[in-house]
Amino acid sequence: MSNDAAALPPLEQVDYIRAKKGLKSWLTTVDHKRIAILYLIAILTFFIVAMGLGVLMRLELLNPGTDFMDGPAYNRILTLHGVIMTFLFIIPSIPAVFGNFLLPIMIGANDVQFPRLNLASWYFYMAGAVLALIAVGLGGVDTGWTFYVPYSANTDSNVLLPMVAAFLLGWSSILTGLNFIATVHRLRAPGMKWGDMPLFVWGLYATSWIAVLATPVVGITLILVLMERFLGIGIFNAAMGGDPLLFQHMFWIYSHPAVYVMVLPAMGVVSEIIPAFSRKKIFGYWFIAVSSMAIAAIGSLVWAHHMFTSGMADEGRVIFSFLTFFVSVPSAVKVFNWLATIYKGSIKIDPPMLFAFGFIFMFSIGGFTGLMNASLSTDIHIHDTAFVVAHFHYTMFGSTGLMFFAAMHYWWPKMFGRMYSFKTAFFGFGLFFIGFNLLYFPLFLAGLAGMPRRYQDYLPEYHGYHAASTIGSWIMVVGLMILFINLIVAIWRGKKAPMNPWGGATLEWQIPSPPPTHQFDAAPDLTHGPYDYDFLYEDEDQPKETEVKA
Amino acid sequence: MSDSLSAAPSATGDAHADDHHGHYGVPGYDPIASRMGMWLFLFTELLLFGALFIAFAAYLSKYPTYFAEGSGSLNVPVGAFNTVVLLTSSLTMALAIAALQRGDKNLSIKMLNATVLFAGVFCVIKAFEWGAKIEMGIYPGSATLAAMDQGKQAFYNMYYTMTGFHALHVIIGAGLILWVKKRTLDDRVNPKRLVLMENIGLYWHLVDLVWIFLFPLYYLIA
Repeated sequence: MSNDAAALPPLEQVDYIRAKKGLKSWLTTVDHKRIAILYLIAILTFFIVAMGLGVLMRLELLNPGTDFMDGPAYNRILTLHGVIMTFLFIIPSIPAVFGNFLLPIMIGANDVQFPRLNLASWYFYMAGAVLALIAVGLGGVDTGWTFYVPYSANTDSNVLLPMVAAFLLGWSSILTGLNFIATVHRLRAPGMKWGDMPLFVWGLYATSWIAVLATPVVGITLILVLMERFLGIGIFNAAMGGDPLLFQHMFWIYSHPAVYVMVLPAMGVVSEIIPAFSRKKIFGYWFIAVSSMAIAAIGSLVWAHHMFTSGMADEGRVIFSFLTFFVSVPSAVKVFNWLATIYKGSIKIDPPMLFAFGFIFMFSIGGFTGLMNASLSTDIHIHDTAFVVAHFHYTMFGSTGLMFFAAMHYWWPKMFGRMYSFKTAFFGFGLFFIGFNLLYFPLFLAGLAGMPRRYQDYLPEYHGYHAASTIGSWIMVVGLMILFINLIVAIWRGKKAPMNPWGGATLEWQIPSPPPTHQFDAAPDLTHGPYDYDFLYEDEDQPKETEVKA
Repeated sequence: MSDSLSAAPSATGDAHADDHHGHYGVPGYDPIASRMGMWLFLFTELLLFGALFIAFAAYLSKYPTYFAEGSGSLNVPVGAFNTVVLLTSSLTMALAIAALQRGDKNLSIKMLNATVLFAGVFCVIKAFEWGAKIEMGIYPGSATLAAMDQGKQAFYNMYYTMTGFHALHVIIGAGLILWVKKRTLDDRVNPKRLVLMENIGLYWHLVDLVWIFLFPLYYLIA
């Protein structure tokens, strides 16, 4: 470690948070770490807002009949919940916050390739967010986040603003993706080969390609709907020779790959946490790296499984069903590799590791129920039921959302230089885990029993499922609030975090916490790989430094 | 797969690291990265038009005879002339870059002017073509169009959408060329730093390329 010490910046160097003062210094920053913090604040705010909306929907569903929200109001709330959660929270979540913060550091660079473009993409994000909020102020939208025609072309609610918002948010994620790809290609530290990159970087790289290649399709599709509304060009209007089904195809050509935009970075986070807390080299590095690219490629060809009941040729349905089953192969490869990494490892269960275990559990449920959706005959029965709602909440929220929280717990000490209370984190996670499963698992059963999605009323026979689910939502929200408050309090009250609290081997653990603005004065030490934990124990002093009592 | 991915950057990565001398990792002028960024952006443009081409393919297969009829109503000589205009503009754009590479700023500026001129000619001709159709009452939302067969409506809706998006790109491209011309006059784009002009050239060639597909698909399938 003596070599490293020479390469490190002097300790009195100011960290990136205190480097400059004032709101303006934040709003005009081009430092990737500060931009990550800007995203973190915005994304968490929107998450909490949309979670509140979700709780309101659950509250309405507690009893059959209309309690305090009628059908039209419920439609607007569910659209808002979906639009905010999809476009403002889960798509940007991990890449925009942790990708921005860590991708340059993990490859030994001082910033992304195009720092100003990076800031611009935050402004695109905020512009989209503001438009979405104005749309809410004007009475909301009732189309659902999927904006299906012909309804979206005819509804009285204001579709213009959320569609333009989705378009701008799309540009935000395209520009971030473009930036990440160029950064990975051009700014890797001298000597770092593709096989030396941490797997989180691979996940971000695969994600970036999907964002760049798929997002433009939904962009043009939404514009075509707006053209129908305002110019009378009915590309999707059956009365003018158009085909409404084409909209669904073009929408899902983006929006299905988008779920891999959401989940691939989450898998990248798992691939960082599991080896670090198993003190063992990741099992099957290349399988995990290549499976990310395979998911990105195959995942682009499965979109029509959202449309099995929409009217499609049988040949098409069989092909899309097969491809959907096929895409689960690289996903399963990852899960097996993680389990093999844990096997005979020296496991230490700190909060991030517990979250990762939670991910494997929830993702397995989400993945298997996904296969049930993918098989044609089963799908006829469960299509548009609460089963589907439960399925995608397990994958999107229980998996990706959970790993966003895991990433917060794993990298918080690095980002803010403070440790949080482990006990509180364990307690919060426990509540979250119980609440989450109580919230969503009954929906599988309700769906199988025939409960349709997107309804604010239901027959009395579904009351048990819904009551359990609503109670679950309360427990889950309390758990999440405990997790968030624990982290936020830690910024001021937490113990100072050491450079490497978890004993990680990737580059971010070899620079101070929090890092200085200019994190690498010289090329970083690459004598050990991202998962070679042996180096930590070669030196007598090192293990002491990594021990944490919180 | 990983081999093909690693081939390009590892060849250049080391050379790039040498650029920094004492200042490790400070992103500076990196034409390779800028070009890569531009290509990625062009991919998004390709996918954007690609979605429209998919819609075109879907409707062409649904209404082949109506599309042939619609195509017959377009003026082939005018379209062909416009194709020549746009191809020539690509030539002048390439010549502008070549001239600046050799250090001939004057010629480069002239060629940029010529490119913008051709872009203008293209737009004027396109406007006359649209104008002729609009005079006949054929435009989105018109009663004449609404009275036509559905296949015909689909044809004209696609025609106005795709040529409209293309024309928008021509106008944006011309604006970008004027911008790079100003930067060249300021010497901020110069023989040593000409990646901006090259990138805008790439954009212009893409605009040209899209038209090369639009022309036969709309004018020549009658």
